[in-house]
Amino acid sequence: MIRAIDIKKSFDDVEVLKGITTTFEKGKTNLIIGLSGAGKTVFLKLLVSLMKPTEGEIWYDDTNITKLNKRQLIDLRKDIGMLFQGSALFDSLTVEENIRFPLDMFTKKSKKEKQYRVDEMIDVVNLKGSNAKYPGEISGGMQKRVGIARSIVLNPKYLFCDEPNSGLDPKTSMVIDDLIHRITKENQITTVINTHDMNSVMEIGEKINLLHMGKLAWVGNKDEVLENENELLQNFIFASPFLQRLRKRALGK
Amino acid sequence: MIISFFYHLGRFVNLLRLMISKPENTKMYWKETMRQMNDIGIGSLIIVFLIALFIGAVSAVQIAYQLGDQIVPMYYTGYIVRDMTIIEMAPTLTCLVLAGKVGSNIAAELGGMRQKEQIDALEIMGVNTAAYLVFPKIIASLFIVPMLVAIAAVVAIFGGYLAVVPTGMITEPEYVLGLRAFFVPYTVTIMFVKSFVFGFILTSIPAYQGFYVGGGSLELGQANMNAVVFSNVGILFFDFIITLMMT
Repeated sequence: MIRAIDIKKSFDDVEVLKGITTTFEKGKTNLIIGLSGAGKTVFLKLLVSLMKPTEGEIWYDDTNITKLNKRQLIDLRKDIGMLFQGSALFDSLTVEENIRFPLDMFTKKSKKEKQYRVDEMIDVVNLKGSNAKYPGEISGGMQKRVGIARSIVLNPKYLFCDEPNSGLDPKTSMVIDDLIHRITKENQITTVINTHDMNSVMEIGEKINLLHMGKLAWVGNKDEVLENENELLQNFIFASPFLQRLRKRALGK
Repeated sequence: MIISFFYHLGRFVNLLRLMISKPENTKMYWKETMRQMNDIGIGSLIIVFLIALFIGAVSAVQIAYQLGDQIVPMYYTGYIVRDMTIIEMAPTLTCLVLAGKVGSNIAAELGGMRQKEQIDALEIMGVNTAAYLVFPKIIASLFIVPMLVAIAAVVAIFGGYLAVVPTGMITEPEYVLGLRAFFVPYTVTIMFVKSFVFGFILTSIPAYQGFYVGGGSLELGQANMNAVVFSNVGILFFDFIITLMMT
């Protein structure tokens, strides 16, 4: 479990996050949603300690990561996997080499053991036959899947995904969502997903945190979204007139 | 301006400090260093060869022409080409060219990695990015650049020979006599000290520029340009300092 306690973050005079307190639960897909500029990316970067909060604490189970020094952070990060918005694959490495990179860097496994694990990951993300291809030779959806495979190859306890569906068609987005959800359940990972994809919210939102102008505006789950009358939530999820009509019809209004 | 200079200097020194740490996996660092040696060394061989050849040739022709009607013996052509090449031309010009070729490549590579979040990805994995991405480049350069400079010196002297001997400006015995005359081994030491220092400058400054690049393609272009300009200024400045100290 990850706990964020009264997180504030300012850049010069601009306060981007204004005191956020929430938890991200183990074995669940925890979502951070909100409009562009709401502070989602900054919050995610604080959670993975790419930035330090101006005020507040972030706890990974029993560890306060805001108090860790660089060496302790490096050790902690072995338990973290992250899928970046643009996948962040290494251009000069093949799909297989990208997935194997954390194994090569941090484990003393034999070549055979590493290959077994890489094949296992390629199987999990359904990328058989793409082992020798370079990131530039595969589609955006496939790159995301390679990114997922690389982020979970060391069996992390915490998985962070920054806009996993950006730039993907709805069908591929669902494949990515299903994959993240399945991995979270099977490995009992604490997964935090930063998204503004409505489908993701409704499909895998086991715990949803809505940010608005740097504050936590609503917390709930996908089953509560339809009926909840929070105006900010409804304006975000059912943004278009078409979706608003669909919601009304679903509620029998 | 002064505050900005000290800000960048401090951040540059901090980057160098961060890269001194125990490698997560020595084998991976070794592999990366070898890759960099290949990129910097083998990848620059042709351009270094060509530049050295023509610089040697032009220098020899100019010197032979100048000495033609003078009282100074013609064999001085070989002597002057040799010393000029070893002390100044080979280390300085080779490294200025390498700052353009290798420096811009390093700045673009690291800048691209920063903008595509690849550096963040490495950090999240727990890799010391300064150590893994910058240190192998500097180490590779410290080994390879002196070798390239030594090759450039030999090629330049050979270029001088090709320019003045077959064309009949001076005879082969005269040129060879000049090459062997008044040789001071200390000049070779100066050449290697210069190439060592320049090798550090032409990788560390571009690495700094690329590592901390922000924004988009405009900033990346700016970082590339700064990498080349500041490396060149650094090389020329330390050329002067080393010459003052060692001559």
